Amino acid sequence: MRFAEAFRVALDALRANRLRSLLTMLGVIIGVAAVVILVAIGSGAKAEVEKQVEGLGSNLILVVPGSLEIGGAPSASRLELTDVELLGRAVGDANAVATTVQSGELVRVGDKEVFTTINGTNETVVNVFDRPIARGRYISAADVDTRRRVAVLGSSSARKLFGDVDPIGRQVTIAGVRFRIIGTFVDVGSTFGVDRNAEIHVPVTSAQRLFGVDRIDALAVKAPTIDSIPAIQKRILDALAEKYPGDKFSAVTQTQILGTIGQILGLLTLVLAAIAAISLLVGGVGVSNIMLVSVRERTREIGLRKALGARQRDILVQFLIEAVLLTSIGGLIGIALGVSASLAASALSPLPAQISWWSPLLAFGVSAGVGIFFGVAPARRAGRLDPVVALRTE
Amino acid sequence: MSEPAVEAIDVTRSYELEGGVVVNALSGVSLRIDTGEYAAIIGPSGSGKSTLMHLLGCLDRPTTGALRIAGADVSSLDDTQLAQLRNETVGFVFQSFQLLPRISATANVAMPLVYRGTPRAERIERARAALESVGLGHRLDHRPTQLSGGEQQRVAIARALVSQPTLLLADEPTGNLDTQSGVDVMRLLEQLNTDHGVAVILVTHDHEVAARARRRIRIRDGLIESDDGAHSVADQSVAP
Repeated sequence: MRFAEAFRVALDALRANRLRSLLTMLGVIIGVAAVVILVAIGSGAKAEVEKQVEGLGSNLILVVPGSLEIGGAPSASRLELTDVELLGRAVGDANAVATTVQSGELVRVGDKEVFTTINGTNETVVNVFDRPIARGRYISAADVDTRRRVAVLGSSSARKLFGDVDPIGRQVTIAGVRFRIIGTFVDVGSTFGVDRNAEIHVPVTSAQRLFGVDRIDALAVKAPTIDSIPAIQKRILDALAEKYPGDKFSAVTQTQILGTIGQILGLLTLVLAAIAAISLLVGGVGVSNIMLVSVRERTREIGLRKALGARQRDILVQFLIEAVLLTSIGGLIGIALGVSASLAASALSPLPAQISWWSPLLAFGVSAGVGIFFGVAPARRAGRLDPVVALRTE
Repeated sequence: MSEPAVEAIDVTRSYELEGGVVVNALSGVSLRIDTGEYAAIIGPSGSGKSTLMHLLGCLDRPTTGALRIAGADVSSLDDTQLAQLRNETVGFVFQSFQLLPRISATANVAMPLVYRGTPRAERIERARAALESVGLGHRLDHRPTQLSGGEQQRVAIARALVSQPTLLLADEPTGNLDTQSGVDVMRLLEQLNTDHGVAVILVTHDHEVAARARRRIRIRDGLIESDDGAHSVADQSVAP
């Protein structure tokens, strides 16, 4: 029997039981749609994170106390301000080392209040990170040395506190202490869901006094080239090990951070996809079940076809096509559903769903494969029916 | 004239039931039916006539003995070859018509040609011609459910004809029909036999139907009880 004819017969059989076909497909539809959606969300999240980490600046090495590996326990910072100079000497460029000490504080202008991150930094931040200034100037070395109470506002903080008024030269009260505004940042994105436009930068020395601490949270070092990164990482860790014997520090690049986050998200995507795949499997069992029912129902038809000259293989192919058709059509509907749900999710919610070209293809391939796998047993049963017995069946 | 369409030599067929009990449906049947013959196999139910028909129709293989259909020894064929032999040499007409209810009369008739790999256009053309030859040229696109019993059986006869078989097996072809339709169907079978030279074998327990055949083979308890036309050459005229 020609393939086209078998295809026509199979399609006709599915049409004869529209509702049953649709319900059988439902398992596959849900499974495929789930795979597409979850993979889209997983890879979207990964892409978003990568974009944000890259936005931190190029050739950046972040120095933090403790370990950054998955499962590593956070440890209290023992880094202090003199370590900026220490690392400056270690890498041979004081201008390439930036520092930060952060705390959430209440910020007030007149009767307007916002609670936001106060970032104590030094003058090298604009050099090390990509933080262009929109208006005014950034914190200078003199501001840091003399603990001046000056502040640079992120774009959203400036808007919330001052509205359309130019904030340069005006006063802002941070945790009860008055600061003078010397500049504003250009609008930037958010990192890991944190709105960096809300940040307020003040000299690190002023911040330490304000927060009542001696420590700093982290250091950032800009390497001149990608190739120089490993050597610089080693020099940083050597210098810190000498000063703090027995303590552990991490000097990681964006690539390493990306690798770690990518690992986590990759694992997460895999787990989600595996859960979705289970429903695809259940859908396949449903297909197998319905095909067995169909073979039993059409025993006489099978007997007749055999009497008229159908070979075992003709019958097997006919039922196999029917099973594959069920799962493939289900797969296509599932892909359409999954793709539109992913697009809707990324348009209507903060979930950054991203459709990768391979996930619908894979889902379709798997669903067709499920059809073959779960269709073979019923189709073989149909093919092996004895025509004499089959024709006698009522 | 006397080319054998089917030849059985001491054929037996036994079934093993669950529990190991062996039932002999046929216990040694020898029979020769030539091309162009018109024979009726008659006998009470349980006599083995259905088993014999299944064997003659290549739906089954004998347990022992030799069975030759269109010159081929059935015992030596595998399932695929048997299916092909069925497709090329045997046409079936069943008591319950056995038409697929969801497809048109034309599609039903064209079905044997599907398994022969005939191109679609040619299948349809030949199916239409076959339907016209049984007087159903005006029912080509009707579904079996839209046809009367007599019409349905004529569709089934067209289906048996379309593959131009040398042997036509009819199992109680009038069993589900009213008298007039039954007579029409019998006339059609007789006409096919005379016009096309197809060997027709009727399986029936209706004596009126059997009386119209030129040869009667009576079966009882898996054996041929009587055969009024053994050694061929029709010498009886068709009964009115």
